[in-house]
Amino acid sequence: MTVQSLTAIALRVLRSIFTLILCVTLVFIVLRTAGDPVEQLLPPETPPSVLEEYRVAWGLDRPLYVQYFSYLGRAMTGDLGVSFTNNLPVSGIVAEALPRTLLLGISALLLASVLGLTFGIIGAMRRGGPVDRGVMAFAVLGYSMPIFFLGIMMILLFALQLRVLPSSGAKTWAHLIMPTVTLALPLAGRIARFARTATLEVLGKQFIRTAHAKGADQIRVILKHALPNAMVPLLMFYGIEIGLTLSGAVVTEAIFAWPGLGRLLVSSVSARDLPVVQGVILTVTLIIVLSNLVVDMLHAFIDPKISLSSTLGGTR
Amino acid sequence: MSTPLLQARSIARVYETNRGLFGRSAGVRAVDDVSLQLDRGDTLGIVGESGSGKSTTGRVVLGLEPPSAGDVLFDGQPIAAHGTPAWRQSRTRMQMIYQDPLASLDRRLSVAAQVREPLDIHHIGTVEERDARVNDLLQAVGLSQSVTQRFPHELSGGQRQRVVLARALITNPSLLVCDEPVSALDVSIQAQVVNLLTDLQAELGIAMLFISHDLRVVRQVSRRIAVMYLGRIVEEGDADDLLAKPEHPYTRALVSAAPSPGRRMADRQMLRGEPPNPANRPNGCAFHPRCPVAIARCRSETPELLDLGGRLVACHLAAADAGLAPHAATVPDRAKTQQVEAFAP
Amino acid sequence: MTTLDLAPKRRRLFDGMPLGIVISLGWLALVVVVAVFADLFAPAHYTTQDLTARFRPPILFGGNLQHVLGTDHLGRDVLSRIIYALRTSILIAVLGTLIGAIGGTLMGLAAGRMRGIFDLLVMMMTDIQTAMPSLLIAIAFLAFFGNSIPLFIVLVSLEGWERYARLARGQVISEQSADYVKAVEALGAGPRRIVFRHLLPNIAAALVVQATLNFPGTILLETSLSFLGLGIQPPGTSLGLMLGEGRNYLLNAWWIAVLPGIVIFMTTLTMSLFGDWLRDRLDPTIEREG
Repeated sequence: MTVQSLTAIALRVLRSIFTLILCVTLVFIVLRTAGDPVEQLLPPETPPSVLEEYRVAWGLDRPLYVQYFSYLGRAMTGDLGVSFTNNLPVSGIVAEALPRTLLLGISALLLASVLGLTFGIIGAMRRGGPVDRGVMAFAVLGYSMPIFFLGIMMILLFALQLRVLPSSGAKTWAHLIMPTVTLALPLAGRIARFARTATLEVLGKQFIRTAHAKGADQIRVILKHALPNAMVPLLMFYGIEIGLTLSGAVVTEAIFAWPGLGRLLVSSVSARDLPVVQGVILTVTLIIVLSNLVVDMLHAFIDPKISLSSTLGGTR
Repeated sequence: MSTPLLQARSIARVYETNRGLFGRSAGVRAVDDVSLQLDRGDTLGIVGESGSGKSTTGRVVLGLEPPSAGDVLFDGQPIAAHGTPAWRQSRTRMQMIYQDPLASLDRRLSVAAQVREPLDIHHIGTVEERDARVNDLLQAVGLSQSVTQRFPHELSGGQRQRVVLARALITNPSLLVCDEPVSALDVSIQAQVVNLLTDLQAELGIAMLFISHDLRVVRQVSRRIAVMYLGRIVEEGDADDLLAKPEHPYTRALVSAAPSPGRRMADRQMLRGEPPNPANRPNGCAFHPRCPVAIARCRSETPELLDLGGRLVACHLAAADAGLAPHAATVPDRAKTQQVEAFAP
Repeated sequence: MTTLDLAPKRRRLFDGMPLGIVISLGWLALVVVVAVFADLFAPAHYTTQDLTARFRPPILFGGNLQHVLGTDHLGRDVLSRIIYALRTSILIAVLGTLIGAIGGTLMGLAAGRMRGIFDLLVMMMTDIQTAMPSLLIAIAFLAFFGNSIPLFIVLVSLEGWERYARLARGQVISEQSADYVKAVEALGAGPRRIVFRHLLPNIAAALVVQATLNFPGTILLETSLSFLGLGIQPPGTSLGLMLGEGRNYLLNAWWIAVLPGIVIFMTTLTMSLFGDWLRDRLDPTIEREG
């Protein structure tokens, strides 16, 4: 590790922290401009004196910048406030839902990667043939498919018609199957497409050598040359996909009543439980920022030529 | 004597280069202590290799880049700061021709739209007048009516450069800076475009600064020639005289390197050594590592640009040959000389 | 600007269009026509209830001609509801795309042109957008500010605005050092002229492709939010909302949810196909598929 790459990493970490602070600030601004939380929460007929008591109790009487810094400080230490609906600490509620979302998200990412990479590479190897066309069709069907429509079709088929899988809840491992597949298929479509293009690019460079290569030789070339070359773009691709996967998880969890962050978010929005809403949003943001940071670190590790300017610069 | 149209007084242009975030910044002096003067309707050629600072000089005197030191007077007035309304207004009076005509044209706009653009920008004339003027100019640069609605990529290299020329001339400028205007063109086309340039220059009485690495082309266009090496003028004088009797060893090398009829290849004196690099300027006379006649003094002391009887030369040896004692008749600032001349009867 | 850019190429652009793209464009044209002239196409109003005719199946599944696509839990004609829902969804997606494309492009152009503090600010905002998916930002705003159609449209426009901004900014920065821009600058052109007469037309094709590719995402954002019950509220209707309502009756009236789902899917699918094809045609630097 050279001094320069260490500086690059340090700057990248700083940038992530900065992005997080920006997000917290944004949430604070939204929270405060949305109106007086006391009036929003308490019944309309509450006497003004009681409203005032609550304001003092929640620190809403203090100057805005004091509120901001205390909010920032508490957010950074994981104190996300207390739920309006059941008075439990938000951090506890979020901590309970988080592992389930991570389980769903990670299993979907794994499934999508296996499907997507396999299909993409096979499609590239059989370029132009019926297999390739099938892969392309799968890819475009996958990434145009609305998750909620896919989920409903799955429920209709596997839960209501065939009655082989449970449609909602998270009691057994079988409950994980449909949400995972629903979340994974669109992602697999995007990965397949990406892997196909990346493989074709490398195969194009290796054109002379692979022109006469068949079968096993070709697979060896792909494993030896295509994959390592495609690692960096693939990593950056995953960096972007993590956010999309978490968005998809919100919808998926709502469909299958999977008790993760997404379902918590939707139900707390309906209940106007603002502390829980901001807690979930900050948690999801943290996950995305952290995973992007990890992606960048891996990037720097795989490709030591990572330049300082690309880490610093706004051009992506 | 009237004020010269263009006067550059000891201009310098330094580019800051950053070596990494925490690296020390170093300045590259692309142009160093250059003084120029151009009268109305006159022509001055600037010759040099790439990296000699000739293009930068052109951009600085046009006010496209600010000088790091010294100043530029146009019509006796300093040029307004880049980007200000006054600066924009001044563009109608000075224009530039570029090396690559295709790159300097917007590939999405028709020939007519591009030629009339300066009139649109500066709100000159009515719509009908503008169109009429576009037609006049296209005719003047030898383009037929049929090209007006074409796009740059549909034209030949020579036609493109004519379009650029028409666009530059449409506001009736008094100064035209041509930066390698023909070096991207086919040799067969070069002569046509050069002839067109000289004809229009004479006809319209435009002052022209003609920048090129090609001595033959410069000689054809210019009354006076300045030779630049690593950001400085090393020799300047009347074109024919300078080419017939070059005083600076670098000019001698350039002249002898240029193919010319009636001279045998064996007589040609080739330049040796590294091509000049502005980021790594030698001490003393910048030319000394490649100079065939360099003496010890050339390594340590930068020669001043001296007036040796109508010829300006920056060379210790040339000064000695002319019988000038070092420092005796140095001309640190050419502007002063000009003032002296101005007072002379 | 766009027509200016596409006009000289039009003949070549639509030459040899594959059948799939023709079909896709046909579907998209149908969607637009139906959305614009919803009143002419819909057999009934989308709020008309007939509690005596609830859960009627579509005509091919034992229904009758009166309700070709069946009725929902309140006896409302599903075909009529789909037509009006399509109008709402397309209107919101089109407005959202326009706002996002214009806003993002302007921000990117300004950032690339001015650099400095403004550039930094815009880049920070795109960083936030990258860190917080637009669905989450939209949910947060809807949670805090309550639901209103204008806010909803603005939130939908968030989908992909940062891509236009990055695209425009990157292009401006790279084009700005291009000789033709310097030449026009040397002619005395002001920044506005350079940006709108020269830079924007030169990136218009890329922006159009981006908008086409982005449109399915915008539809999905709108329908997802409405599906979750956070977007269009009853008695209004949107394709996502129909799905959200219909999912409660999957067991005995699958058509209420499935039919609008198919319409959404067809629209995003055909738009994606068209966008991919358009990008391959307009951007020769990207390898032609298959």
